[in-house]
This record gives sequence, structure tokens and C-alpha cells, in this order.
Amino acid sequence: MRLIRAIGNWFDQRVGARDTLGPMLAHPVPRTTASWWYVFGSATLALFALQIVTGICLALVYVPTADQAYQSLEYLNYQAPLGWFLRALHFWGSNGMVLVMTLHLIQVFLWGAHKYPRELTWVVGVFLFLCTLGMAFSGQVLRWDQDAYWGLGIGASVAGRAPVIGRQLVEFLLGGPIIAGRTLSRFFALHVFVIPGLLIGLVGVHLWLVLRLGINEWPMPGRLVDRATYRQRYEEEVRRDGVPFFPVAARKDMIGMAVVIAGVLACAALFGPYGPNGVPDPTLIDTEPRPDFYFLALFALFALLPPWTETALLLVGPVVVILLLLALPFLAGTGEKSWRRRPVAVIGVLLILLTVGTLAGLGITSPWSPVMDAWSGLPVPEAYVRGRTPLELQGAAVLQGKQCRNCHSLGGEGGRRGPALDGVATRLTQDQLIRQVLQGGGNMPAYGKNLTPAEVTALVAFMQTLRPAQQPPAQPAVGPLTPAR
Amino acid sequence: MTQNVADRESSPPPPPTRRSFLFMLGLALNAVAAVLVGIPIIGYLLGPVRSRGAQAWIALGPIDQFPEGETRLATYENPFRVPWDGPTAKVACWVRRLEGEQFQVFAINCTHLGCPVRWFPPSRLFMCPCHGGAYYEDGSHASGPPPRGLFEYDYEIREGQLWVQGGQVPTLSQPL
Repeated sequence: MRLIRAIGNWFDQRVGARDTLGPMLAHPVPRTTASWWYVFGSATLALFALQIVTGICLALVYVPTADQAYQSLEYLNYQAPLGWFLRALHFWGSNGMVLVMTLHLIQVFLWGAHKYPRELTWVVGVFLFLCTLGMAFSGQVLRWDQDAYWGLGIGASVAGRAPVIGRQLVEFLLGGPIIAGRTLSRFFALHVFVIPGLLIGLVGVHLWLVLRLGINEWPMPGRLVDRATYRQRYEEEVRRDGVPFFPVAARKDMIGMAVVIAGVLACAALFGPYGPNGVPDPTLIDTEPRPDFYFLALFALFALLPPWTETALLLVGPVVVILLLLALPFLAGTGEKSWRRRPVAVIGVLLILLTVGTLAGLGITSPWSPVMDAWSGLPVPEAYVRGRTPLELQGAAVLQGKQCRNCHSLGGEGGRRGPALDGVATRLTQDQLIRQVLQGGGNMPAYGKNLTPAEVTALVAFMQTLRPAQQPPAQPAVGPLTPAR
Repeated sequence: MTQNVADRESSPPPPPTRRSFLFMLGLALNAVAAVLVGIPIIGYLLGPVRSRGAQAWIALGPIDQFPEGETRLATYENPFRVPWDGPTAKVACWVRRLEGEQFQVFAINCTHLGCPVRWFPPSRLFMCPCHGGAYYEDGSHASGPPPRGLFEYDYEIREGQLWVQGGQVPTLSQPL
């Protein structure tokens, strides 16, 4: 023990850590900041450290070339000792980092920490958030599977919508005219050199600002932030009722860090690594590309935006969102800090969470996508063919054979791109059914060129039987009315 | 002490000396060095951006392998590949032979966001697995979010072989 202390002293006489780092660690902070709500920032930092360590480990084996990246991931999964676990840690660590960082963002916003004098801390934090999302996307590319390939295709298509410089932007992004070897090298350099370098530098600035400006005190309703008096009042509070950051406030931080790391370890051990999902061979077209969860909401938005707004929103939307985030502390830099007195802020956060959550949920089920094998995989429910005439049965066969089920469900099974056909006869008359099949419309393709008159007759005859027993079929609004009996 | 500072601030700038000249020279030389290093780096980074899009004629094989009235998947190797591209050098396209030497060759990429469209012969539709775009057999837009019909290759028949002109990812700003 004495020896260790002696060695420690020998180093400290030369390094001087006790005189420089010591006061930093022990600097007084308001007692109210030693709260469980204040642990998300340090937890994010812990996950970032985990990502660096596991990322370096993976880079020892991973081959960043388009012809061998996939095999090297398979090697990690199945042959390299504990390779699967390191991949799993890196994957779940990245999910955790995006999640905990989002919690940190929401917490500091609701607690008013972005207000004077911590505007720059917030701005640096926004860039940290963007860099982390950049890491998430580029990491997904390094998985170099079918999702990665077609995810890049989506990126290229968005970039290709830019006016004037569209093509040049695509080539710059991909490093060549197609998604291939040069693209992977680029994203590898981004993922392991460029963005981590930025992140480390920005984390340094972020922490320095926290240290210089002090941790945001627990906001009390009615205590307004005023540029003239804020810093003086803060310093008074620290003098009157301050506690040393280390160990008083850091205790909870350390437990938070350990908990998130333990959570990642548990997820990695229980669920294992993710992917790679399918060789990135673009001639294998039986694929349904889906992004990782943090981009599912965006993926869903692409399907649901009205087409005429899409190019403008895809190109301008992200810029506007980022600018708004950056401008926030300058638009609302003073005044009330407590979320109890900031209903607009609270409602805004809830609305954004609901929107993103709903979109992400839709992204998982993708109801706008045809179910590609419904026509051959799902039979017509038995109840819908029992007691039908031969013509109607023929119609049921046409409905299956012409792949209507890929977009329309029967008995709850099939695509949800178009309306379910279970009660279609109560909504459309015979004439309307014929017109809809032949001419399409309302987002349905026209089948006029693709069906013989006999097939149309049979199909419509079958669809006219699709109604609950107690409900009358749809009647034309004009023309000879049949008296009700 | 304060008197000194005030004096220094109010006094006129000192006349150029050898030291201040050396300082300015140091700044200037480093600026020149930064520009000299920066220009080739920027040029290198912009290397993949060509003045014209990548275009080359590519053989898809004898036309006999495409029956009349049918749509078949054809694949080729991108002519602008590098040796380490692996499977990603491959490109797929849909070849529709109407009759005789009349063809339509479509890029596999949906015009909405580039996902691979699939051909469904019974309903004579191309369907996209990502956001539900659908196209008729002639490539025109049938439903869903795509802003236009499928991207179509220019083609030629030379000595019984089908050739198409391609080499890059088709996008809205640079269709094939």
C-alpha cells in the first residue's frame, strides 16, 4: 500500500494531476444537481467509451473491402472466439447510446439547461447528437449486408433529388458511380476516423463548458433566468449550499454508468449480434430492406409524405430541424426554466415523441408495402368460398391468381396497402367494382389490360358476395330504386 | 501597472521591426503551405465526381434468352468496377421483350428511393418492397409514392446481342 502511494506521489510530482484535475473533480455544484435525473449525460459518455473499446476490437478483425467485409463479419459471428459477443456489445451499445443520448437531450431541455448562459453547451450537444446519428448510419453501412446496400441506395436517391448538383452529390457520397467498394471504404473512414475524432473533440468542449458554466441547478418554478443576475445568483447558491461534484454528485453518475453498461452486457448476452442480413448482392432482389430502429421513423415518413411535397421536405426538412435545434437557446434563452411552467415545451416534447414513436411503429409493420407472397401463400378463407356458385368460385381463383391479396387482405390476412375486401360489397356496387378493377384509381393500378372480360365478370361476382350476412349490398344512389320489402 | 497598460493601448502601433517582420512572414508562409496542401486534398476528395456521368455500352447476352412478351431479370458487371467490389459490382435490370427487336430495359431501382422492384407476371406489375410503389409492365407509374415511371436504359441490338448503356446508380437528377 505504501509502495503504491509512493509510486503515485512520484508520478504526481511530475504530472501534477492533484493540482489540476483534483479541483476540477471536486468543484462545488448546487446540491440539487446530485439527482438521478442528471445521470444521462455521463451514462452516454460511458456508452461512448464502450463503443470505442469494442469498435477497436472489431477493427482488429473486420475487413473493410466490399468483397470480404461480409465474410469477415460471419467469421466474427461464428469463428473468432467471443467475436459474436463483441459484435453484440457494439450493436447494443450503439442502440443504447442513441437511446440514452436522446433521454439526456430531453432531460436538459425540460430542465431548461439550454438557457443562458449554457447556449453553447446546448449547441455543441446538438452537434454531438448529429455525430452520433452519423455513427449509427455509417455503422449500419459497415454491416455491408442487403439492408446496408439498399440503405445507401435510399441515401443516394435522396441526394439525387438535390437540384443542379444532384448527380455530383451522389458520386461524392458513394465515392464512384455505383454503390460498391469505394463506398464502403469511405464510410469506414467516416466511421472510424472522421466522426469519432469529431466526437472526442466535441465531448471535450462539452465537458469544459459544463465545468466552466456549472451544472444546471434544479429549476424552481417562478425563478426566472435573467442575463443580468443569473450568474451571480448561481454562484451564491453554490457558495451557500454547494457540494463537491466528486464524490457527492458523481455517486449517482457512477451508478448510472454501471447500470447502462450492465444493460448493454445483458442485451448482448441475451440477444446476440445483429446481422449481417444477406450478402450485399444487388441481383438478389427478394429482399425487404429495413433500417435500424433509429431511422425507422424516417423510413415510414418516406412512405407517408404526399409525393409532391417529398423532394422539398427530404432536402429542406432535415436542415430546418437542425437549424431549429441550434437556434433554440437563442429563441428561448431566458425566462422560466422549470417544465412545470413551460407547457409548450412539455407538449412539444410529447408530440415529437408520439410522432416519432408512431412512425417507427408503422415502419416496423410497413402497412404500405405489398405482402409479396400473399397471393401464393395465403388461401382464401374457407367461409368465403362455402356455398358459392361456380362463377363466384372462379372469381375467388382470379382474386388469388392476379395477386390482389398482395395489397388487399381477406379475413385479416394479406397486404394492407389497399382496403380489406371483407365487406367490399357493402361499400361498392357492381358497377363501381367493375370500374375500380378496370380503371384503378385512388392509388390502385388499373387492371383493364390484364384481365379478360370473363375474368372481370367472375371476379366482380365473387366480390359481390363479400359482405356480412345481415348487411345489404351497396345500391346505386340514382336509377331505378327497388322498393324495400 | 494599470497606467502602463493604458499607455500601451493608447500609444501608436510600434514601427515594423525585424521581429514583427519575421512574425508576419511566419504567418504568411504557413498560410501558403495550408493552401498548397489544401488544394490537392480538395481535388482528391472531389475525385469521384466526374464532369459527365459514367456511361458505357454493356452486353446483356443474346436476345434469344428473352422470350417475346415476357419480362426477365438480367444481370451484368458494372464496367466502372474496381477489383475489390465483390458482389456489389453486379447490377440487375428488367428486360421486357415486346416483340422482335423491340425491347424495354428497366433499371431495378424504384424511382422513389432506389429499392429493388420485383416483377409479378400474373398481375403484370412491378412492385417495390420499401414504400409500396407499383409500376405497369411498360414501366409507367401505377400507384404509390414514386414521382415517375421506372428508369429505362438506352439499348441496341448488335449481332444478335442486347446491349444497354449504363454504369451508374440511376437517380432523379441523373436517369440512365
